[in-house]
Amino acid sequence: MLIVPCPHCGPRNSSDLRYVGESHSRPDPNTATPEQWRDYLYMEDNPADWLKETWYCRSGCRRYFTLERHTGSNEFRNPPIPGNKKGTKA
Amino acid sequence: MSTSRLSARSGEVIDRTKTVPFTWNGRSLSGYDGDTIGSALLANNVRIVSRSMKYHRPRSYMSMDYWDPNALLQVGDEPNVRSAHRRLESGMDVSAQNVWPSVDRDIKAANGLVGRFLTAGFYYKTFINPQRLWPLYEKVLATFAPGGKVDLDTPHGYYDKRYAHPDVVVAGGGPAGMAAAISAAEAGASVMLVEHEYGLGGHLRWGDDSDRAIVAEMSQRLIDLGVEVLVDSTVTGRYDDNWISIAQRSHPGVIERLIKARAKILVVAAGLIERPYVFSGNDKPGVMLSGGVRRLVNMYGVRPGSRAVVLTANESGDQAAADLEAAGVSVVELVDARNGGGVTAVEGSPSQVESVTLADGSTREADLLVTAVGWTAPTSLLNMSGDRPSYDASAARFFPSAPPDTVLATGGMVGDGTLDELVGHGTATGQLAAARAAVTAYRLQSTTARALPVDGPEPDWPSDQRAPLAHRQHPELYRSSTHGMVDFSEDVSSKDLVAAAAEGFDSVELLKRFTTATMGPSQGKLETVNTVAVLAEARGETIEQVGTTVWRPPYAPISLGGLAGRIFEPVRRSPMQDWHEAHGATPLVAGAWIRPDHYGDAAEEVRNTRRNVGIIDVSPLGKLDLQGPDVPQLLNLLYTNKWSKLPVGGVRYGIMCAEDGVVLDDGVTGRLSDNRYLMTTTSSGAASVWEWAENWLQTERPSWKVDVTPVTGAYASINVAGPKSRELIGRLAPELDLDPERFKYMQVRTATVAGVDNCVVWRIGFTGELSYEVHVPAGYALHLWLQLMEQGLDLGVAPFGIEAQRIMRLEKGHFIVGQDTDGLTKAPSTGMGALIKMDKEDFVGKPELAWELENSDPDVLKRRPAVVALQTLDPQIVPEEASQLVRGTTTEIIGRITSSRMSPTLGRSICLGQIEQQYADAGNIVTILLTDGRRIEAEVQAHHAHYDPEGERLRG
Repeated sequence: MLIVPCPHCGPRNSSDLRYVGESHSRPDPNTATPEQWRDYLYMEDNPADWLKETWYCRSGCRRYFTLERHTGSNEFRNPPIPGNKKGTKA
Repeated sequence: MSTSRLSARSGEVIDRTKTVPFTWNGRSLSGYDGDTIGSALLANNVRIVSRSMKYHRPRSYMSMDYWDPNALLQVGDEPNVRSAHRRLESGMDVSAQNVWPSVDRDIKAANGLVGRFLTAGFYYKTFINPQRLWPLYEKVLATFAPGGKVDLDTPHGYYDKRYAHPDVVVAGGGPAGMAAAISAAEAGASVMLVEHEYGLGGHLRWGDDSDRAIVAEMSQRLIDLGVEVLVDSTVTGRYDDNWISIAQRSHPGVIERLIKARAKILVVAAGLIERPYVFSGNDKPGVMLSGGVRRLVNMYGVRPGSRAVVLTANESGDQAAADLEAAGVSVVELVDARNGGGVTAVEGSPSQVESVTLADGSTREADLLVTAVGWTAPTSLLNMSGDRPSYDASAARFFPSAPPDTVLATGGMVGDGTLDELVGHGTATGQLAAARAAVTAYRLQSTTARALPVDGPEPDWPSDQRAPLAHRQHPELYRSSTHGMVDFSEDVSSKDLVAAAAEGFDSVELLKRFTTATMGPSQGKLETVNTVAVLAEARGETIEQVGTTVWRPPYAPISLGGLAGRIFEPVRRSPMQDWHEAHGATPLVAGAWIRPDHYGDAAEEVRNTRRNVGIIDVSPLGKLDLQGPDVPQLLNLLYTNKWSKLPVGGVRYGIMCAEDGVVLDDGVTGRLSDNRYLMTTTSSGAASVWEWAENWLQTERPSWKVDVTPVTGAYASINVAGPKSRELIGRLAPELDLDPERFKYMQVRTATVAGVDNCVVWRIGFTGELSYEVHVPAGYALHLWLQLMEQGLDLGVAPFGIEAQRIMRLEKGHFIVGQDTDGLTKAPSTGMGALIKMDKEDFVGKPELAWELENSDPDVLKRRPAVVALQTLDPQIVPEEASQLVRGTTTEIIGRITSSRMSPTLGRSICLGQIEQQYADAGNIVTILLTDGRRIEAEVQAHHAHYDPEGERLRG
């Protein structure tokens, strides 16, 4: 099980969090075309690379936050962690 | 009775003063305390203990450890006991598995005679046609399947689970693993040492006195250092970030315990597993591995034979020969493979080796052939860490390549050496593990916002300075010039593998799946490398080129009970649930809640509520307290309708959609004061709607000032429904103005009820009756409930349960999200189109709903689902929920019944359903296909409500 660096609670088991998914910005609902909106709803980039994703700290601080994770090695980089000057190994 | 027990040995693990009685296939035998089931059977001269899987060939013990492929026995009601590993206990009822009539004369051995037809893929090819006969084939074949008997009446035992957070987990308690555990603990790390067998020491356990003295000394040191040592326990898996699973089989009072450990560093010191040799007759009883012989003689004092040939390519074989001599077994030939010696076959009866054929063609009379031809490194945990071990031909085995730097390997799997060298490598590994664990601990602490401050700067990640262990030369010995068994568990021979490769299954992963080699109970521990070697030979390539299969978790079996652990399923109960059960309520499990289904007669509960007054405990209803100036904006965003003009004291019903326009939840929200609102959700949506609201506030609308507090458990909720409900509430809340002109339907008040301040009273009605829903601080809920019962006695008050409520809401045509809607039901299909306000600037799901409403394609529109009320033409037939609606006399599905009940109020069957728009007009007659195959007709209704469609009772 992954350890996820929560910005408020510190490193936690991923079972303490909910994986929300790839981070997408919401298109303007009044101007979006069906293609743009459905891209936002259903399409994932799913890269074998660094990926920006959203997590929800369900059993801890109950905050939503975004992290960058490498989908190959499961490493996190540049998490918004107070007091962590070096970030992670990457 | 004759015995094979030797005179006492200095290193034996048995206690000859303690006799342990047991039975074998009903026969009374005895062993000693400390025996395994297998050593006790062999001591009693019971040699044939199992039959092979396909050919039912007689089999006896080979390796005398957990992985012995011939050792699966039934013990009482427990099947598949690994009898070469499991300790003998008094009174054990041990028997052979899947043999008939007995293990000594097994009729299915006839399979062996037709063995040439049972080659790899035989079942796939033979029983594929005709398909209609498969049920018959399956029935017959099942009787041939290996494995013991499962007793379905066996009482459930106690299993457990534990979470642990050691700095270092050491997998393997041989000399290197013990040394690593000691040095890591000396450096200040908390250490968990896990040993697969019953005792620490690895191969030193069957060594000489000085070996055992070292084990004793190291064991004492582990105790002094406070290292947690688990024996008869296996590290079964390594997952992301060193999440380690450990199956602990001998924890007192627990059948099996699964430990989930988060280790900073994992040390893998799993040792080496002795590899069998492939030659003609290699599965015949009397062929044993050198390690098995050494365990048997030195640990259990059992003589494995009387005349032995020993084929040796290493120290283990040499020592086995010496041990046999010391035990009085005559070693008639020591065949040294390092000098070109070899063995090509054993001959004899099916159940006993009688002679051994050497490479030069000569034969020796013997009843025991011991082989020591090399080792398999059990690199499973390294594979699970992402490592792909590499083959070294000069040492004839695989070695770790590049595990991640939080996983360190030591001991026999990384190289060879003297005992001092192995211990030295283990010690250096433990030191490195402790140093790295300290850096990881620093990082964990420094990245936790509210942890204590760390001391000093972050230490550097310690580099690996360990002197590597040498790879000792070893001849490559996999298969002799003859063919023999490769996978003993699955009865797969080298001939089968060659044939399968010739058929085209010549990649190792394909070969494995086609022949099932490495897929039996031994899980490749003994046979993987031989499989690869035979395939390499067939392909004319090297072992490196062929490569090996990937080892996956679990390393050793975990019982299903162990995985399930202790049964721990928390339930939620309202403060009134005890009262309900004391008054005859049938409990209903609804999500996490236990609720009263009914108190004996749901129909009577309905009638009383419609006639007098009923009260129902609706505490699981989701409740969110919303405070702040931007609450109306949040409501406008989450619901499809408008909320900006809701006055204080007002209540509105709303539907929430997801961004795809599908209905997510529904409920009422009331405005209690200028900046305070109370939102209710469905019971099942309580948690998800909270997270949903937080998601929008935290990510898309962070500037909005709204505090969301879940108060589902803080308030208990009681709905008081029926024509006499106003009278009853009036008695309990004399200060509350209940005048219907001033406290109207869809309004909310804060009031003192039954002396309890700060109750929230809603005039709403899921049941369709005049009703008041009281949200009372949970601690006073039972008091209020009792007051309602007492004060309402003369009004005919009676409690009603979920079933009565469900009937009444169906009579009123209120849909339930998730029952009458599904994951494709967009808001317009619910008949609530008036609640979708497209002129709002934004709300969740707006674009999808806009496109849905704008769509004018008649082909799309006519097939869109609509929620409608239906009444069967025969009023006494209640179609089962989920019955299909079909077109005319066809089986073309046009919808389904989503809710159905017999209405006590109307005396007829009533339904809600989803149906294609083209059939949804009021008055249409549609066909319901019942689950028993009958077709009945039903009429689509004009309104969702079967009862009081104008809502006069509700508003009165």
